[in-house]
Amino acid sequence: MTHPLLAIVLLPLLGFLVNGLVGRRLGPRFVSLVGCGLPIAAFALAVKCFVDLGATGAPIVDRVYVWAAFDGKEFDVALAFDRLSAVMTLIVTGVGSLIHVYSIGYMKDDRGYARYFAYLNVFLFFMLMLVLGKSLLVMFVGWEGVGLASYLLIGFWFEDAAKARAGIKAFITNRVGDAGFLLGMFVLYQALGTLDMATINAAFASATPPAVSASLVGILLFIGATGKSAQIPLHVWLPDAMAGPTPVSALIHAATMVTAGVYMTARLSGIYMIAPEASFVIAVIGVATAFFAATIALVQTDIKKVLAYSTISQLGLMFVAIGVGAYGVAVFHLYTHAFFKACLFLGAGSVIHALGGEQDLRKMGGLARRIPVTFATFAIATAAIAGIPPLAGFFSKDEILWFALASERGGSAWLFAAASLTALLTAFYMFRLLWLAFLGAPRMDAETAHHVHESPPSMTIVLAILALGSAVGGFVAVPHYLEPLLPLPEIRAAVAHLEPAVIAVSVILGFAGLAAVAYFFGGDGRRAEAAERRFAGVHRVLSGKYYVDELYDRLLTRPLAWVSERVFLVLGDRVLLDGSLHGLAGLARRTAGAFARVQTGNLQLYVFLALAGLVAALAWAALHV
Amino acid sequence: MDKTQLLVALGVALFAAGFVGIVVRRNALVMLMCMELMLNGVNLTLVSFAQRMGSTEGAVLVFLVFVVGAAEIAIAIPILLLLARARRTLDVEAYADLKG
Repeated sequence: MTHPLLAIVLLPLLGFLVNGLVGRRLGPRFVSLVGCGLPIAAFALAVKCFVDLGATGAPIVDRVYVWAAFDGKEFDVALAFDRLSAVMTLIVTGVGSLIHVYSIGYMKDDRGYARYFAYLNVFLFFMLMLVLGKSLLVMFVGWEGVGLASYLLIGFWFEDAAKARAGIKAFITNRVGDAGFLLGMFVLYQALGTLDMATINAAFASATPPAVSASLVGILLFIGATGKSAQIPLHVWLPDAMAGPTPVSALIHAATMVTAGVYMTARLSGIYMIAPEASFVIAVIGVATAFFAATIALVQTDIKKVLAYSTISQLGLMFVAIGVGAYGVAVFHLYTHAFFKACLFLGAGSVIHALGGEQDLRKMGGLARRIPVTFATFAIATAAIAGIPPLAGFFSKDEILWFALASERGGSAWLFAAASLTALLTAFYMFRLLWLAFLGAPRMDAETAHHVHESPPSMTIVLAILALGSAVGGFVAVPHYLEPLLPLPEIRAAVAHLEPAVIAVSVILGFAGLAAVAYFFGGDGRRAEAAERRFAGVHRVLSGKYYVDELYDRLLTRPLAWVSERVFLVLGDRVLLDGSLHGLAGLARRTAGAFARVQTGNLQLYVFLALAGLVAALAWAALHV
Repeated sequence: MDKTQLLVALGVALFAAGFVGIVVRRNALVMLMCMELMLNGVNLTLVSFAQRMGSTEGAVLVFLVFVVGAAEIAIAIPILLLLARARRTLDVEAYADLKG
């Protein structure tokens, strides 16, 4: 029987074409219908495929057509649906559809309504290409496509130069990572002669691995992942990406696109299984990113920036799981994170909506009773990300902590300690966010306070569904479901008895974060201010985001600008190119000036010259014949 | 010196006289006449060589030169008339500013 794989991918593309070409003329009702209906249809088809996958889990493959064929090799545009891509497809279409529906309310009065939905749909199209692609080539097309959609949506309000610049920054930072991804693909193709991911995994898992360093390939591909998934050192674009509309931040910069790096490394786990060095690098980068992003999130005052750094931090934790070989656990956290982070972003969007565009936490407070649905859902999602049992985040984060300690493939005490500290910081900054936004005394001006209102049902219902997912999503045993594809690593015998202790630690960390927030921000928040004054130096560094942007500016942007200004513009363009062309033109003009003197208007001179020429020609002919 | 040589020498002399006339004289009409002189010199050599070779091609070519020469004069005289009317002189020096 045929499977509707291609239809899953093409439905959002159809939505993009319809909304992009004629959406403006057809009116917002039609745009909403097409823009939300088609992703929901894609979700329904994905569910059908998921059911078809059944108990066996044999991948469904759909070869759409042969893109290119040479040297006896064929490059297919082929889609593959196995358990891993099933999980991803369900997240992308499911959470994606919810966020589309939410956008109806959030973007209601925007002038670019049709354009917005067209971009969202094209994002879904490329994201589905990315997760369903059978070969790295198709995945790369999706990979670049989501980057484009991300750029378009970050700079959606491009009249604002800062927002347009944020889009450019995201795009360019991702290019750096993509260069690594491309190099990894080249090396793989050189060594194996194929880009088909199943073949690559099988080749690396076989008894005679290919004659190429798995660590080299692994690290090159991981460079691509650091770009897309905002890991150190390419994390700088994600906080700025918050310039886009809030549902975009929820969909692209929290739930789906930024997890593409995690998905890619999990998908190519065959390489990382025999690349301990690359895995170690991933674990270190992951835990460093998780920790540093969490510390920055402690002091941010923009509600979306806190969530952005939280996303970077959570992605870091996923890479810790990848680094210790627990690929299924990474995907599990990806899955729970999609729920609670989408819920948090959409909740933040609802808060911003209620306050008429205000994003500064210092001007919020006391919203709990004014917008109760938003508060309730936001609180559930916050508890979930903080790791309060039995919410979704608890299960996935606990498993990451456990494997960081106990995995046979690089688990260690210091990795566990750093990840646990990150978990504590996570609980702290998330409850701080909740406290500052919803509890305490209102700090907004009277005008804004008067207009606070709960969001329309299209938004609150979505929030409720996502909160439900954040609450119970953890009971779905994703790692177990993925185990035939992504086996979990062995447990180190020395620490096997510590599992209950790790669970206890992760529970305590969640509540400790809550307690600390209650201590610092309870009452009138004087203790938080005192702490801020006490550690003014640290606070400044954290508020300045470790000055990474400034460092890149000094180290890269300014030297590059200097080189392009001095060398390429002044020396290359003005002196070399303009100089040589102007020189040639000047030579021609001067020569012409010299010859123009001969043209006197004197007929006799002309005749004389003509005859002289004739005689000269004859003389030359006579001498040479 | 046989007849052909003589005739060719005459042709060259006619051509040279015409050329010198064009180069040294300033009167446009005289220059035109000198041009005709050069044409005649050429015609004479053509006819002489044709006679010598015993073929008619050279003689036929002369008719072409006649026709072209007549056409040229038919255009040149009106131009000169217009110039003379405009400038009130036939001195070619006066026309030097026509060089463009």
